[in-house]
Amino acid sequence: MTEVKSPEVPAPPAAVPDELTPGHSRWHGLRPYAPLVALVVAAILPYSTVNLPGVFEGPLNSPGTLQLLAICLVFGGLAAGYDLLFGRTGMLSFGHALYFAAGVYGTDVLVTRAGLPLWQAALLTITGGTILAALLGAVALRTVGIAFAMVTLAFAQVGAILVARDFGGLTGGEEGLPLDVSGLPAALVGVTNTVNLYWLALAYLAVVVLVVHRVSGSPTGRVLAGLRDDERRIGVLGLDPYRFKLVAFTLAGGLATAGGTVYCLIVGGASPHVTSSELTLSLLVMVVLGGPGTRWGPVLGGVLYMYLDHRLTAFGTSDAVNSLPAFLSHPLSQPLFVLGTVFILAVYFFPGGLASLRTRLTPLTTALRRR
Amino acid sequence: MSTVILLTLTGLGLAALYFLVASGLSLVFGLADVLNFAHGLFLGVGAYATWWAAGNLPGAGSDGLGFLVAVAFGVLAGSAVAVLVELVLIRPLYSRTIEQVLVTVGLSLAGVALLQATWGADARPFPRPEWTRDVTSVLGAQVPNAGLLLIVAAAVVLGALLAFLRFTRYGLIIRAGVENREMVTALGIDVRKAFTLVFAIGGAAAALAGALGSVYFGTVSPGQGGSLLIFAFIVVVIGGMGSVVGSAYAAVAVGLLQQFVNYYGTSGLGDLCVVGLLAVVLLLRPQGLAGKVAHA
Amino acid sequence: MTEPVLSVENLSVRIAGLHILQGVSFDVAPTGVTVLLGRNGVGKTTTLRAIVGLTPRNGEVRGTVRMGAQSLLARPTHRLVRGGLGYVPEDRCVFAGLTVTENLRLAERRGTSPAYDKVYALFPELDRRGRQRAGSLSGGQQQMLAIGRVLLNDNRLLLVDEPTKGLAPKVVTEVAEVLERVAESVPVLLVEQNLAVVRRLARDAVVLSAGRVAWTGNAQDLLLETALTKSLLGVGSGEVHA
Repeated sequence: MTEVKSPEVPAPPAAVPDELTPGHSRWHGLRPYAPLVALVVAAILPYSTVNLPGVFEGPLNSPGTLQLLAICLVFGGLAAGYDLLFGRTGMLSFGHALYFAAGVYGTDVLVTRAGLPLWQAALLTITGGTILAALLGAVALRTVGIAFAMVTLAFAQVGAILVARDFGGLTGGEEGLPLDVSGLPAALVGVTNTVNLYWLALAYLAVVVLVVHRVSGSPTGRVLAGLRDDERRIGVLGLDPYRFKLVAFTLAGGLATAGGTVYCLIVGGASPHVTSSELTLSLLVMVVLGGPGTRWGPVLGGVLYMYLDHRLTAFGTSDAVNSLPAFLSHPLSQPLFVLGTVFILAVYFFPGGLASLRTRLTPLTTALRRR
Repeated sequence: MSTVILLTLTGLGLAALYFLVASGLSLVFGLADVLNFAHGLFLGVGAYATWWAAGNLPGAGSDGLGFLVAVAFGVLAGSAVAVLVELVLIRPLYSRTIEQVLVTVGLSLAGVALLQATWGADARPFPRPEWTRDVTSVLGAQVPNAGLLLIVAAAVVLGALLAFLRFTRYGLIIRAGVENREMVTALGIDVRKAFTLVFAIGGAAAALAGALGSVYFGTVSPGQGGSLLIFAFIVVVIGGMGSVVGSAYAAVAVGLLQQFVNYYGTSGLGDLCVVGLLAVVLLLRPQGLAGKVAHA
Repeated sequence: MTEPVLSVENLSVRIAGLHILQGVSFDVAPTGVTVLLGRNGVGKTTTLRAIVGLTPRNGEVRGTVRMGAQSLLARPTHRLVRGGLGYVPEDRCVFAGLTVTENLRLAERRGTSPAYDKVYALFPELDRRGRQRAGSLSGGQQQMLAIGRVLLNDNRLLLVDEPTKGLAPKVVTEVAEVLERVAESVPVLLVEQNLAVVRRLARDAVVLSAGRVAWTGNAQDLLLETALTKSLLGVGSGEVHA
C-alpha cells in the first residue's frame, strides 16, 4: 500500500505572503502537511465572513468574492497544466487557449444548443478536447522550437475564427453564448450557490496539481525533464521524443479542456475572448511569473495573475491613481500594462519566478536572524 | 471577370500588408532567432505616430506632401522604437531565445495597453488624402486606391530590401548571418550590429504597414497589429524564415487564397484555408518554401 | 625554450550538465603544427570552440587560455578573431547560398587590405569559380574556401578542425599540402583524425582521452608507438598510409 498523498492546493491569494516567507525551523516538520492545511483552509474559506477592505470588495463569503476566487483557482490549475508543457517539457506552445476554449464552448454548446445533461456534455467535451489535442499535437510536434510555437499559434487561431464567424450559428459569434441553466443541477445555479462553483474550481485545481505532480514524479516525467534539458540525449537513449511529447501535449490539452468546462459553469457562458492568443500569452506570463517547472510556482502565478487582472481594473479607477498626473494614471489604469511590465522585469530579474523568491530570500533572513 | 480582377487586386493589397509585416519578422527571426511578438506594436506605433503627426507636426498634414511627411514621421517612429527595443530589451538576452520571446510577449501586452491608455480603446478615424478614398477603374473593376497604394508601397519595399541585401556590406552580413550566425562572428564580424539594423528595417516596414493599413481601413485602433501579426507569422513560416523573397511569395499566396475563398465560400473560410495551407506546407516542407530549416 | 603562442591551463567545459573537458592543459608552439588527437567524442572540437569563444549557451567554461599576455576566455568571438585567432571550423561551414567571392568578401576588414594575392596563389580554383555558389562546390573546394577565407587577414594562430574529414584521398593530400605551406608562416593548432596527415604535418601532439590530456610530446614519436596509438586513438600506426 503506497502512501496516499493529499491533494496539494495552495492557499488563495490572501494567504500568499505566508506561503512565501521562509519558515522557522520548527515548521520544517510540518511542511509536508502544508498543502493539506492549505486545502482545508481554502475549503472552509467560504464559511468566513471576514471583510478584507482593499483586497476584496465584499466579505469572503459574498458571491462576488467567491466567483473571483473560483476564477483564480481555475487559472491556477490551467497554469499548472500549461507548465507541464512549458516548464517541465520545454515545449513553447502558443495555442493552449484552443483546448481551454474547446472546454468552454464545448460544454456551453452541448448544454445550451443540444440540451444535453451537464454530466454528458462535460464527459463528451473533455473526451473531445483530449482527442483534439492528440490530433493537432501529432501534426504540430513534427516541428520543434519556435516553429512549433508558430504552428500551435496558427491552430489556435482556427479556433478563434470558428468561434468569431459563428459557423452554423452555434457559438453566438462576437456576442458569446450565455449558458442555458434550465437543465443544470440546481446546486450549480444561482447566486446563492456560487460557493459550490468555488468548491468545484478548488477540486479542479487539486486534481490538476495531483496529476502534474504524479506525472512529473513518474519515469515518464523524468524523460520529459530530459527532453527539456537536452532532447538529443533522450534520442540517444533509444527513446522516441515525439511520443513522450505527444503524451504531455495530450494530457495538458485534456486538463485545459476540463478547466474550460469548470470556467463555463463559473461565469455562466462563453465569450470569444477565451479563444484569443492573448489568453495563451497570459498563461505563459502566469507560469513564468510563478516559476516554471516548480510545483507551486505556476499555480501561484495563475491565481495571482487573475486576481491582479481583476483587481487592477478597480485599482486603476481608484482615487489614488486618478489623482496622479495623466501620464502615470492612464497607463496604470491598464491591467495589461502593469502585468506586461512586471512580466518583463521578472524575466530579467527573477528568472525562477515567485517560487525562487524563497531561496533568494533565505540568505537575507538568516543574516537578519543572526543579528 | 471584373470580380476576379477586383478580388485579385484587393487580395494583393492584403498580401502587401502581410508582406510589409512579415518581411521584417522573417529577417529578425532568420538572423537573430527572435520570434518577435512585439512586431505588432511597431505597426501600432507607426499608425499612431502618423495619425498624431498629421494633426500636430508642423509641415505634416492629411493630404499631399504633408501626408508624406506624416507617414515618414510614423515610419521613423516605428523604426526608432524597434531599435530601442533591440538595444534595451533584446540585446542583454543575446542568444537566450526563449527569454527573448518572453520579453517580446510582455512588451506586446504592455505596449498595446499603453497605446490604449494614451489614445483609448476605440478605433479613431484616420486622416487620409482624398484620393485614397476614391476608386480606380482597372479592366472594368473598381479598385480602391488605398489598396493600390499598398501594393505599390510593398513592391517598392521589396525591391529596396533585395537591393540592400544584394549590394551592400551589411546586406551580405545579414544574408550570411541568416545561414550561419556563429560563422559570421568567427570571421571577426560583430553580428549584433546587424541585429540592430534588421530591427530598424523591420520596425520601419511594420510602421509603414501600420500607416498605410490605417489609410486602407480608414481607422486606427490599438489592437490592429495583433490580428495582422498572426497571419504575418503564418506567412513567415510558409515563406521560410529569413527569406524576404519567400515572404513575398507566401504573402501573395495567403492574401489571394484568403480573399477568393472568403468571397466565393463562406466568410471566414478563407482564413481557415490559410491555416490549412500552413499545415500542408509544414508537413511537406518543414523549412518553408525558401528558407533555412526552422530550428529552435 | 620559446614562449608558446597559446597556452591552455586547466580548461574545463561542461555542456548541459555533462563534463566534456576536465582540466585540460597544453601549449601550442609558436611555429609549425601542433595536432590535437583522440578518438571521436573526447572533446577535441569542444576544446577549439572553447578557445575561440563558441561554447554553446548551455555550456560552462572554466580555466584560462592565453595568447601571449592576453587572456582569451570571456572575450567575444569576433574580437578574438580580429586579434589574430583564425578559426576554420569542422564541416567547413562556408555560406552555401553566397558566391565564392561573397564568402571571401565577408572576411574583409576595415582598415586592412585583404591578401587576395596570397589566397588566389594558394587556391587558383577560388579565383576561377568566384561567381559560383559556395554550396555547389565540391567538399575539397569548400575546404579550400574555408581556409582561404581565414587567410585573407593576418593571423597569429590558426585553429583548424578536421580539414580532411569526408574528402577523397587525393583531395586529402592537396589539403595537407596547403596546410604545410600555410604552417610555414603561421602556427597551427590542428584537429585531425587522419594519421597520414598527422605524420606529414605535425611536430607536437596533444592526445585527449575522455576529456583529459592523456599524452603530450613529439608527434612523430607518438606515431612510432603502436601500442600507444592503439590504446589512445584506436588505430595502430601500422595502419597509417601515406
